[in-house]
Amino acid sequence: MDLDVLISYFPKYVEAFFLTVRVGVIGIGIAFLMGIISAFIVYFKVPILSFIFSAYIELFRNTPLLVQLFFIYFGLPKLGISISAEVCGVVGIGLLGGSYMAEGFRSGLSAVPGSQNEGALALGMTKSQMFFNVIFPEAFSLSVPAIVANVIFLLKETSVFSAISLMDLMFTAKDLIGLYYNTTEALFLLVVFYVVMILPVSIVGNMVEKRVHYKMFGV
Amino acid sequence: MDEILSIKNLTKTFDDFVVLDHINMDVKKGEVVVIVGPSGCGKSTFLRCINAFEKIDDGSVLLSGESINPSKGKQNKTREKVGMVFQSYELFPHKTVLQNMILAPMKVKKVKKKDAEKEALVLLERVGLLSKKDSYPHQLSGGQKQRVAIVRALMMNPEVLLLDEITAALDPEMVREVLDVVINLAKEGRTMVIVTHEMLFAKAVADRMIFIDGGRIVEEGDPVSFFENPQTERLKKFLNSFTY
Repeated sequence: MDLDVLISYFPKYVEAFFLTVRVGVIGIGIAFLMGIISAFIVYFKVPILSFIFSAYIELFRNTPLLVQLFFIYFGLPKLGISISAEVCGVVGIGLLGGSYMAEGFRSGLSAVPGSQNEGALALGMTKSQMFFNVIFPEAFSLSVPAIVANVIFLLKETSVFSAISLMDLMFTAKDLIGLYYNTTEALFLLVVFYVVMILPVSIVGNMVEKRVHYKMFGV
Repeated sequence: MDEILSIKNLTKTFDDFVVLDHINMDVKKGEVVVIVGPSGCGKSTFLRCINAFEKIDDGSVLLSGESINPSKGKQNKTREKVGMVFQSYELFPHKTVLQNMILAPMKVKKVKKKDAEKEALVLLERVGLLSKKDSYPHQLSGGQKQRVAIVRALMMNPEVLLLDEITAALDPEMVREVLDVVINLAKEGRTMVIVTHEMLFAKAVADRMIFIDGGRIVEEGDPVSFFENPQTERLKKFLNSFTY
């Protein structure tokens, strides 16, 4: 491995790293919101909306991100809506992630015993007071492992962005390999930057898991 | 004394099965009514009808003169006035004892946090759990959890308190600490409707005993004659099943 090559590639990777993180973080933020909204609507079986959101969840959970990105990136311009690759990436991660997050929250919600509803209602709470103060916080702690796994999964899924020419880590590596054939150095930096991006998420995720788990069950 | 709860011809069916069959019952302010009966006789369903957890099929339930099987969406107003304590406690596991107690007063009655906490601490002191105010439910014993559940219900200052087999999940030595709390509430003049299998407790706390079997009130009366001199064969048989 050539140190000079690593050093000369480094700035390009840093740039790509921040782009990947920016798109990933915004996309995951949207995914999180979509997940909560979907879970709420499906939990309360809101008429019409719950059908729409169930369809959305199944559609995005059961198709590859690459296909979704192609639809958004190449399909929307045909309808007269053109968006940049970066926005397309954010929307793609947001929608795909939303369907995964919704499933994560749903599994947490179904793990909260139904008798907790009555515990809250018996105190005179309305259904939405019950949901936001009792059921959702409990479901959330139960969902944390699934949510953390989703975040890691979605960050890794950003590597698909290279297919729509978004200058993310994967694209940068492929680009450099194509230009200079320094495969070893380019791939080595690729691995390093992904680990630097995702390892902290894993570590923080584990800490959060332990903390909420303690609060719920004390072990 | 005024009637706080007035139940007329209450009928409840699940599909074709009649769970409650024209039940009539009045509860006066400050009265403690204890309901006993074999498993599946409809005792718990009866309590659940009183705080609108079950839709009633016929008859009426009046709380201070107001009908409490109101149109959908108004049940929460009823339940503000009717406290309920469950066999399985139903404490909120992600909140401390104190947070469990102040949640409903703050959200439902819009009580200020400081005031709610002050009241909560007084109640915790009375049931001997002041030192547990910052514990989470999983750090408490069953008896302690149930005492917290009782004072949590009291925080809403309910007109009637419903206790649904609150000691059924407890170890025998913890039953006492919970029942002592209830006996004190009775002495303070709390209006309560209690479903229990603890006959000695029933005898000690009840102003009036009711025996339900097959969805009907089979016998009722003051605790002394109810236990010493049961009139019906069915009640005799039921009470005999508790002696060896």
